[in-house]
Amino acid sequence: MTKIMDNGKVLSQDELSKDIYSIWIKTDIAKTTKPGQFVNVYTKDPSKLLPRPISICEVDKDSIRLVYRVTGENTGTKEFSNLKTGDDIKVLGSLGNGFPTDSKSTILIGGGIGIPPMLETAKQLDGEKIIVLGFRDSNTFLANELESYGKVYIASEDGSIGTKGNVLDAIRENRLSAERILACGPTPMLRAIKKYADENNIECFLSLEEKMACGIGACLACTCKSSEIDSHSKVKNKRVCTEGPVFNASEVEL
Amino acid sequence: MINTKVKIAGVEFKNPVTVASGTFGHGEEFADLVDINRLGAVTTKGVANIPWEGNPTPRIAEVYGGMLNAIGLQNPGVDTFIERDLKFLKEKDTKIIVNVCGRSVEDYIETVERLSDEDVDMFEINISCPNVSHGGIAFGTNVESVSEITKQMKAHSKKPIIMKLSPNVTDITEIARAAEAAGSDALSLINTITGMKIDINKRCFAIANRTGGMSGPAIKPIALRMVYQVANAVKIPIIGMGGIATFEDAVEFMLAGATMVSVGTANFFNPNASIEVAEGIEKYLENNGFKDVNEIIGLVK
Repeated sequence: MTKIMDNGKVLSQDELSKDIYSIWIKTDIAKTTKPGQFVNVYTKDPSKLLPRPISICEVDKDSIRLVYRVTGENTGTKEFSNLKTGDDIKVLGSLGNGFPTDSKSTILIGGGIGIPPMLETAKQLDGEKIIVLGFRDSNTFLANELESYGKVYIASEDGSIGTKGNVLDAIRENRLSAERILACGPTPMLRAIKKYADENNIECFLSLEEKMACGIGACLACTCKSSEIDSHSKVKNKRVCTEGPVFNASEVEL
Repeated sequence: MINTKVKIAGVEFKNPVTVASGTFGHGEEFADLVDINRLGAVTTKGVANIPWEGNPTPRIAEVYGGMLNAIGLQNPGVDTFIERDLKFLKEKDTKIIVNVCGRSVEDYIETVERLSDEDVDMFEINISCPNVSHGGIAFGTNVESVSEITKQMKAHSKKPIIMKLSPNVTDITEIARAAEAAGSDALSLINTITGMKIDINKRCFAIANRTGGMSGPAIKPIALRMVYQVANAVKIPIIGMGGIATFEDAVEFMLAGATMVSVGTANFFNPNASIEVAEGIEKYLENNGFKDVNEIIGLVK
């Protein structure tokens, strides 16, 4: 699929929760996007060289929505959060492979800033859907929107909302099961889900994250360990940006 | 009509712009975004005799005005390179410079021999990667080993060779002279400068290898100084690189004595940077009354 470097236009931006922003960008990238893919977003600050890879949360006909966390003062994401309607934003996409969306009963699991790609995925997924979200505390986001597509279960680390604990605690407490799991979130969460899916014989797809430079498969910064020799790299490494970010859990070592 | 052609060791390039090894994959990765036919040459990612796994992740970190990398020369090996990557590049109307890496002199020899009868134009010999424990920079930081590996490459290669020099040495002109004396056809410089970043929240190194090679606009003044020094120390042509992101940067390197320039890290934040640099150089020549790009090489003494 052709990748496009585009000068997008900001349509709107809101803060959904503390440090969590939602931005709609008008761009031709929308026409070719699949759920679970990501875009590179470029800062205007020349001291910050590298694009920020951000997963696509939602797609409309000619625009995409990104939901992202501002990671600190003087960061690229802080700069993005100050963009206003009508501003330009340079984006490259669509990147990566995306989630499978054929009809199977599915548990969609999102942890923290791994939640956003689950919205478009839930929207496009055929079949029965259960959605499990993990948060640190009661500062939730996207949970209400996800309710339109399936029953939502919440876990929070401090127990202030939903099941106290992690997403697997919520799955066990509510005795949830399905033919397939799709998950995105921090690596320790994905590692636990991979083990859980394996033990319970559930097909499982994980969206991984790794530091990236180019986002298009050239720099080989964002590799993950694969269980077999990869057909492209000829070693037990896969590129998260190109062969991923979504992998069948059995293909990768976490 | 302005001449943008340059010649190195008998190889003619349509313009003086290539891409720095490791920042452009083998070319195909950028094919959607860059018209490869408009480049003077593609310089490939490092190729070894067998596939290399590279280093653990995280392999990169952003730093002010640049980045650190410790990829560790992951590559699919020379056989896959020939069957897949070279096949793609051969279809393009550009010259092909294959960057060669190895852990031992024998590794380098094997790769160069395997590629010598293929349709490649030059070899760039990587004796300056700071991120691998054997090979790479180990060959490039003392005069005797540079001299030895250069001689071996000349003896086994049917194509002209470019020795790629490390800035992580006390006196780069000494290394450059050794490579020239041993028969190198050209030199490329600089490779990355060893650096470090620490994550103060996790209290650990930002990249798994602890140190990484720094690249990007922040290193340009150092690279430019070294290109100038080497240009005044040797007679063989130089491919200048290190932080080049715009045509202005490239013109500086050529004025300092580089015959060609490589765009590296800039490819990550502007995939079309190399083409913009090539176009910009031509405009610069036109605007300043030059008829031939060769007129500006080493113009600033």
